[in-house]
Amino acid sequence: MQAGCGLHARHEAYVRLRLTGSGMEQADTAQWPAEIHKVLGAHAVRQVAYVPDAGHKELIVLCGRDAGMKSVPLTTEEEGIALLAGAWLGGERGVLLLQSSGVGNCINMLSLARTCRFPLLMLVTMRGQWGEFNPWQVPMGQATPAVLREMGALVFDVERREEIAETVNAAARMVFNGPGMAAVLISQRVLGAKTFGR
Amino acid sequence: MNLQPMRSPEYPLRRRAVVARLLRDRGDMLVVAGLGAPAWDATAAGDHDLTFPLWGAMGGAAMIGLGLALAQPKRRVLVITGDGEMLMGIGSLAAIAVQAPKNLAIAVLDNERYGETGMQATHTAGVANLAAIAVGAGIPTAFEATDESALEDAAKRLRTEAGPLFCTIKVRAEDLPLVLPPKDGAHLKDRFRAALLGPKAVE
Repeated sequence: MQAGCGLHARHEAYVRLRLTGSGMEQADTAQWPAEIHKVLGAHAVRQVAYVPDAGHKELIVLCGRDAGMKSVPLTTEEEGIALLAGAWLGGERGVLLLQSSGVGNCINMLSLARTCRFPLLMLVTMRGQWGEFNPWQVPMGQATPAVLREMGALVFDVERREEIAETVNAAARMVFNGPGMAAVLISQRVLGAKTFGR
Repeated sequence: MNLQPMRSPEYPLRRRAVVARLLRDRGDMLVVAGLGAPAWDATAAGDHDLTFPLWGAMGGAAMIGLGLALAQPKRRVLVITGDGEMLMGIGSLAAIAVQAPKNLAIAVLDNERYGETGMQATHTAGVANLAAIAVGAGIPTAFEATDESALEDAAKRLRTEAGPLFCTIKVRAEDLPLVLPPKDGAHLKDRFRAALLGPKAVE
């Protein structure tokens, strides 16, 4: 079976789409995504795994533009835990960007990081936590810190924009010096609740 | 149910010999062996510091291979896994296709069974076709091997052709003696890194 004529061109178009978005969005003027990007660079993070997320939109764009980072869009979050295990086997550091609902998708795969003591840095944008409009986000959002702790991850809660970058730095230090698993939970208070226009 | 449990016990290729062939003269190749029988097969072919066998993380083998391939673009990375393990992480084929690493090859030993749980039929005992799914996910080169000569060809292609490559190898459903690798995950990880990275592994 052979396929793939034009695959490369399709891939290029896909990457362009990923980097620029649809062009409909307003630019977020917040500085914290740029600050996180800088911290990740300082920690020599080379593989950035993510499932697209509104809260991480700016950071995903910044990492995508960084020639020193490989952006890896996932189809489901647990793929990122396996990816970053492979990265570490090969001598590279990585980060997983996800939403709180995605933490639920990761539970069993966290065993890989814990059992083998792979470093795992997770930056989680919270849903279902503060003024959530969509009730379907609430159960996983509420369970996220407990689930992560049960699986052995350090949990860093951040409620204020100005503390995000320093918290990511503290978590990264403990992950890569450990090595260990750590999640920085970026509050919905910082991100603003999605309102669906209501 | 559209499953054919009587089909794969008749397949000519035997998994232990298949994996021994894939790993023969492995050179500096890096190997990830998926949960269950593929990890035991890789161990039967010779436990190796540069093989990372999985005792868990079902569905993660191909993505571990991707992370490794991206980190080590000059080394060939071979993922050897089973049909059940691949099905559990089937979306990772799309993630791999987007990255398109030239040095990554995936070989699925497809016995159409969940071997560790009592040889229940997987979806490939029915109508699911993993090589076709790989093509649909965007893997440019995917093929299937069902006999000795096709295996010989596949083994060469998996080693030398530009990736990402995907190969289904239809193998006989059979219960074999367990040949177990070390079980301590931290040890498996550390020995792999030490063999690959040298002193930098513990910096």
